[in-house]
Amino acid sequence: MSEYVIETAKGKWELICGLEIHCQIISKSKMYSGASTEYGADPNEHVSFIDAGMPGMLPTLNMECVHQAVKTGLGLNAKINKYSAFARKNYFYADLPQGYQITQFQYPIVGEGKVSIDLEDGTTKDIGIERMHIEQDAGKSIHDLDPKKTFIDLNRAGVGLMEIVTKPDFRSPEEAGAFLKKLRSILRYLGTCDGNMDEGSMRCDVNVSVRPYGSDELRCRCEMKNVNSVKFVMQAIENEAKRHVEVYENGETIEQETRKFDPATGQTELLRKKEYAHDYRYFPEPDLLPLMLSDEYIEQTKKDLVELPDAKKARFVNELGLTKYDAMVICENKETADFFEKAAQGQDAKKVANWLMGDFFAMLNKKGLSIQESPISAQNLGALVGLITKNVISGKIAKDVFEIMAETGEAPEKIVEEKGLKQVTDTGAIEAIVDKVLVDNPDNVAAYRGGKQGLMGWFVGQVMKQSQGKANPAVVNELLKKKL
Amino acid sequence: MTDITKLTIAETREGLKSKQFSATEVAKAYIQSMEDNRRYNAYVLETPEVALEQAKISEAKYQNGTQGALEGIPLGIKDLFCTKGIRTTACSHILDKFVPQYESTVTSKLLEAGVCVLGKLNMDEFAMGGSNETSYYGPVVNPWSKEKDLVAGGSSGGSAAAVAANMCAAATGTDTGGSIRQPSAFCGVTGIKPTYGRCSRYGIIAFASSLDQAGPIAKDVRDAAILLKAMSGYDAKDSTSAKVSVPDFEAFLNQDIRGLKIGIPAEYRPDGLNEEIAAYWDKGVEMLKERGAEIIDISLPHAKYALAAYYIIAPAEASSNLARYDGIRYGLRVPGQHLDDLYINTRTEGFGAEVKRRIMIGTYVLSAGYYDAYYLKAQKIRQLIRQDFVKAFEKCDAILTPTAPTAAFPIGDKSMLENPINMYLNDVFTVSVNLAGLPGLSLPIGLSKAGLPLGLQVIGKAFDEATIFKVASALEKDATFVRK
Repeated sequence: MSEYVIETAKGKWELICGLEIHCQIISKSKMYSGASTEYGADPNEHVSFIDAGMPGMLPTLNMECVHQAVKTGLGLNAKINKYSAFARKNYFYADLPQGYQITQFQYPIVGEGKVSIDLEDGTTKDIGIERMHIEQDAGKSIHDLDPKKTFIDLNRAGVGLMEIVTKPDFRSPEEAGAFLKKLRSILRYLGTCDGNMDEGSMRCDVNVSVRPYGSDELRCRCEMKNVNSVKFVMQAIENEAKRHVEVYENGETIEQETRKFDPATGQTELLRKKEYAHDYRYFPEPDLLPLMLSDEYIEQTKKDLVELPDAKKARFVNELGLTKYDAMVICENKETADFFEKAAQGQDAKKVANWLMGDFFAMLNKKGLSIQESPISAQNLGALVGLITKNVISGKIAKDVFEIMAETGEAPEKIVEEKGLKQVTDTGAIEAIVDKVLVDNPDNVAAYRGGKQGLMGWFVGQVMKQSQGKANPAVVNELLKKKL
Repeated sequence: MTDITKLTIAETREGLKSKQFSATEVAKAYIQSMEDNRRYNAYVLETPEVALEQAKISEAKYQNGTQGALEGIPLGIKDLFCTKGIRTTACSHILDKFVPQYESTVTSKLLEAGVCVLGKLNMDEFAMGGSNETSYYGPVVNPWSKEKDLVAGGSSGGSAAAVAANMCAAATGTDTGGSIRQPSAFCGVTGIKPTYGRCSRYGIIAFASSLDQAGPIAKDVRDAAILLKAMSGYDAKDSTSAKVSVPDFEAFLNQDIRGLKIGIPAEYRPDGLNEEIAAYWDKGVEMLKERGAEIIDISLPHAKYALAAYYIIAPAEASSNLARYDGIRYGLRVPGQHLDDLYINTRTEGFGAEVKRRIMIGTYVLSAGYYDAYYLKAQKIRQLIRQDFVKAFEKCDAILTPTAPTAAFPIGDKSMLENPINMYLNDVFTVSVNLAGLPGLSLPIGLSKAGLPLGLQVIGKAFDEATIFKVASALEKDATFVRK
């Protein structure tokens, strides 16, 4: 792909960026307590004595969360560590009832891996995964209900999180954006995180530094916490990198610090300098034993894993003949890919893909529906394409049939039958219409014969109109050419 | 009529079964004793109404023959155990008025076995101390005190004193560095800290999670065995509790100890060891030899580092465990302008000096730049101490040592109050056992010339409390110590 270079009057710079992504684990109950993780309950409804940090309460590990993490690790093509251990990260905050977060530090459950990202120019790039560990979420502080008081909601306290740390492999904002989309896609395929950044179930910290173009040094980085959309992440990277360049070119230095991204301005601002960074005093969590996973368990989990977007994409390209681009778009979302595969069964897959990405997506968009809510079933979309392929209806009629399907949800065969929309391929019947059109329009016939070739389209249109669109366009064309 | 409160659990059980007296009479006798002996300050909360209620139920159970193993036995509960509906404060100001809505696993088991609860027992604040002088409710007075008030030891000082003064049939204790054994020795009663993992820690207010264990303090070895059985067992709510079967410890009393190998560690006899204590230790060795045990010289070469390692690891864990007492959700709250002020005000007022000292030490040893030098090194020493015991137990079945280096000392002893190290030295014979996770029992062996009880400690292999009971019951028989 084209290189991302920050060019100024003074020089050329390149970007180094890495991401840390917190992903809320989909599980029925919290990471270390039996409390429910259900979203949308009244404040402090899903809080156990453990979540509230009551005296004498002990955490116990939820193996469902562990399973989700192992699946995710496998989805990131990463090493699953058979031995991992928990640690306490100590800090005081009102929505952290224990005064520490139970996380993993020295021994994460998932080691190095890689994710292939799809770039706009059709190329792919591998992004390295440094590690992934599991930990608990904090509660929520609500500051805007009262001018003086802060309210605490502990429903989220103790919900399982996976923190994915990438290697500093991003060289452009686009790559970071593509990674987040790909990661979200993988997580949704696996069903381990719903990946909704706007709802906070996926949260991103962005680390940015720059260096003179072509050099291999690593300069001081700044971290931006909790950037909550793909667009904002890209914006934050771009603007933070520009800030670094400006600072360096003014002869100043960048200091390691934590910054905040302001979506309103697109700029980043200082949150705290390194000397004010927390000392988290990590130490092994004495309340939980180290986690040991067997080879058999990891192998079985691997076997049970769903087909992931990359594998599906490759299969759609190689076996169903889709273009790389179409396959990528269709595979980004598992529901779409599943819908497509169902629709394409026994049909011309490429045509199904065209219909899916064209009229079908447009229809969903217009109606504001998700693919699961589509009035047109996958089978019916496939059947419609089948009718076109078998010349039962023309592409044009198909659009009308599609409209009716979108309204009624009926099968295309039924609509075609009931409305008598079957294509006329009988040359005799079409010839009669052609003859009538030619007889009715002597002026245009003369004009065409006089050299106005452009009138062919008009003639075709007239014949189609009189056949109520049912005439086979190829036959009409052929006959008209012959007769004119 | 005999004084019911002087009876052991075993004797009381017999009396109840044979209807010599009723559960209510037993409860009333102890309630009277609680009232008569308030000068010892053993209880911080008396719950006579709870005890009588439970006694009534016990009576019914004796009537219809459905009584539990400890039916109608009145116990005192150390204030570190969360008791549902009964105020639990760990004898700290910061847990003022805290009433748990849950019951610790150990007390649940005891309640199921039929005990009745006389009240909550005094202790050092958050179990930090060796003299019960750090309690927010003031020191416990040793019932053996002569002209001067003596300490009962700590941290389970209230438990040991209450048992010694017959203010309960027995008591629960906890032991992180000697907190069951040392006060037992000071008060002339028997206490056992079982193997780490034997009793569930669920619902016990945490001091140092990797060291804390619950155990009984009782009038004699048999009672300790009876109670320990009732308190022990795997608990899914504590990940560090062990999935091992619980033997009938009582069955190991009065067994032949011929051929049993008793280890005597050279390192436990430093120059300047109190002569009386050394003499009783030798006497204990003689008693066992007389009964046919084989005395083996062993070495625990890293014993001299145990105290230092303990006073790093325990405060480190404590500094994190006590972070939850922040004035936000329960207990004391001293308001402040901002969140930080609230924390500072609450914790400044809520914690006593010793607790603050340990939080500071713990915070320090976990801090960036000091972790490796202190915490990590202490963990390495802990590993070496464990190995010392493993090696020693290749040569012997149990180890005999003194419990504490001195007899009970006066309340307000200047040398200890002014230099906490002198106080910490009380734990010199006990902390290794906690660091190694082993079981250790203290029983009274005799009186000093000043008329104060002295104790010996029997240390066993992990989960081999049975052998400890064998050895202890032999010593008890020969020592013929006369209880109060």
